[in-house]
Amino acid sequence: MSTFVLLLATGLGLGALYFLVASGLSLIYGLMGVLNFAHGAFLAAGAYAAWWAASGGLPGAGGDGWGFVLATAFGVVVGAAVGAGVELLLIRPLYRRHIEQVLVTVGLGLVGVALLRGIWGADPLPFPRPALASGVTTIGGAAIPNDRFVLLVAAVAVLLGLLALLRFTRIGLVIRAGVENRSMVEALGIEVRRTFTLVFAIGGAVAALGGVLGSVYLGSVSPGQGTSLLIFAFIVVVIGGLGSLTGSAVAAVVVGLVQQLANYYTASGVGDLSVVLLLALVLLVRPGGLSGRTA
Amino acid sequence: MTHAPVLELDDVHVRIGGSHVLQGVSLTVAPTGVTALLGRNGVGKTTTLRAVVGLVPRTGSIRLAGDEIGRGRTPWVVRQGVGYVPEDREVFATLTVAENLRLACPDPEPERAALVHELFPELAERRKQRAGTLSGGQQQMVALARALLPPSRLLLIDEPTKGLAPRLVTEVAAALERVAQVTPVLLVEQNLPVVRRLAGDVVVLDAGRVVHTGRADELLADHGRTRELLGVGSRS
Repeated sequence: MSTFVLLLATGLGLGALYFLVASGLSLIYGLMGVLNFAHGAFLAAGAYAAWWAASGGLPGAGGDGWGFVLATAFGVVVGAAVGAGVELLLIRPLYRRHIEQVLVTVGLGLVGVALLRGIWGADPLPFPRPALASGVTTIGGAAIPNDRFVLLVAAVAVLLGLLALLRFTRIGLVIRAGVENRSMVEALGIEVRRTFTLVFAIGGAVAALGGVLGSVYLGSVSPGQGTSLLIFAFIVVVIGGLGSLTGSAVAAVVVGLVQQLANYYTASGVGDLSVVLLLALVLLVRPGGLSGRTA
Repeated sequence: MTHAPVLELDDVHVRIGGSHVLQGVSLTVAPTGVTALLGRNGVGKTTTLRAVVGLVPRTGSIRLAGDEIGRGRTPWVVRQGVGYVPEDREVFATLTVAENLRLACPDPEPERAALVHELFPELAERRKQRAGTLSGGQQQMVALARALLPPSRLLLIDEPTKGLAPRLVTEVAAALERVAQVTPVLLVEQNLPVVRRLAGDVVVLDAGRVVHTGRADELLADHGRTRELLGVGSRS
């Protein structure tokens, strides 16, 4: 029983991490139709920025307490800035040229990894582990590492925050309308391009948060971390329905749990295979994903 | 009172893909009332409206009350005071009626809000309903209200009666008649009785060029000329 509880908690924590990465992808695709393969670079940029800040690069930042909060906030700001910069400099000039956009984001993802490797090396660097995430909490006889709860709380907060943004603010109204009919939003006198930049910044910020918390979860940060998480995040976005936040949240939980349970009850590595099979099954039965949205 | 045109197009060209859709369109829109833009299917009427608001790449001069707007992007053109009601309404189906209107104008002037309420009282009752679940006529009301709420100097309205039942056509025409008392309208319309009721001036396009301009009542009274230009009789 305790093993099952631990697996559930770990699966949920992993799902939360996938959601943090997938939510930005989902928003960006939903509004702009951009499949952002550079999203892993946003994640890695945020994680490395937080690591740099916590390692003494930013006065006041540190590996624990408010110092770690400051380091995380710095990583999130860097992720947002990278996201906004990419949209302004690389995506905007390729507006409506989707194939070129994909090529640019793929290239940027590769460049990002190479850049981080060039600056900090290819080996994983130990990531600070704040006291809050270091302990364990016993539930149902299982000693569950607190980092799972940190991930879950962060993912729920991000989900609620994004849903509130979409539901209750004018920016959210513009995003929802833009997802449906971008040209008509412009024909109402609204600058959708500014919203594009904002959405990229939000996506970058959330990915960076995922990068920081993922690094806490893994205990290290490495240049390829974003790329490996990005694969599962894309699977989550497709299973959830392209452009659907709540669909992504549900899909992230399902993917995280399937991966954990399959890995434990069959053999290591079967979890990844199960997730791919799940993706194939969903696409066959419900091509638009759980939310019913298609590309 | 000024009689200068509210809108002037001078030698406007639009090329879409390999097609030269508008081939030097020049026209003016009167500062009051309705100017109808007529022509057979596919001659460039919708493209003309889309060119004015910048939804298609265009060359040539487009002036709104004397100011050049032909090189501006769509949001800027609209903010200069050009309201646009597209063919097929294009309401945001997943948003409620209230959200559709709030998107167009979060804080409308009281007179504008009162006009919309006067013209389309039904929208207030349906404010929480998703626009995609409305009937065609109700969606047309949302589309018109959306264009009316911001302070516009000109409205471009594309086939507002298309696909509507006869009773709704009459209702929409009555609403447009009232709208035109407040804001000049460039109207694309295939329904000639509606044109006869609303329009003061007409501009007729054929193959991307203006082939006739004049008074609407004079053109529609000349059945032979109407059939020649539009391919339909004006007795309907």
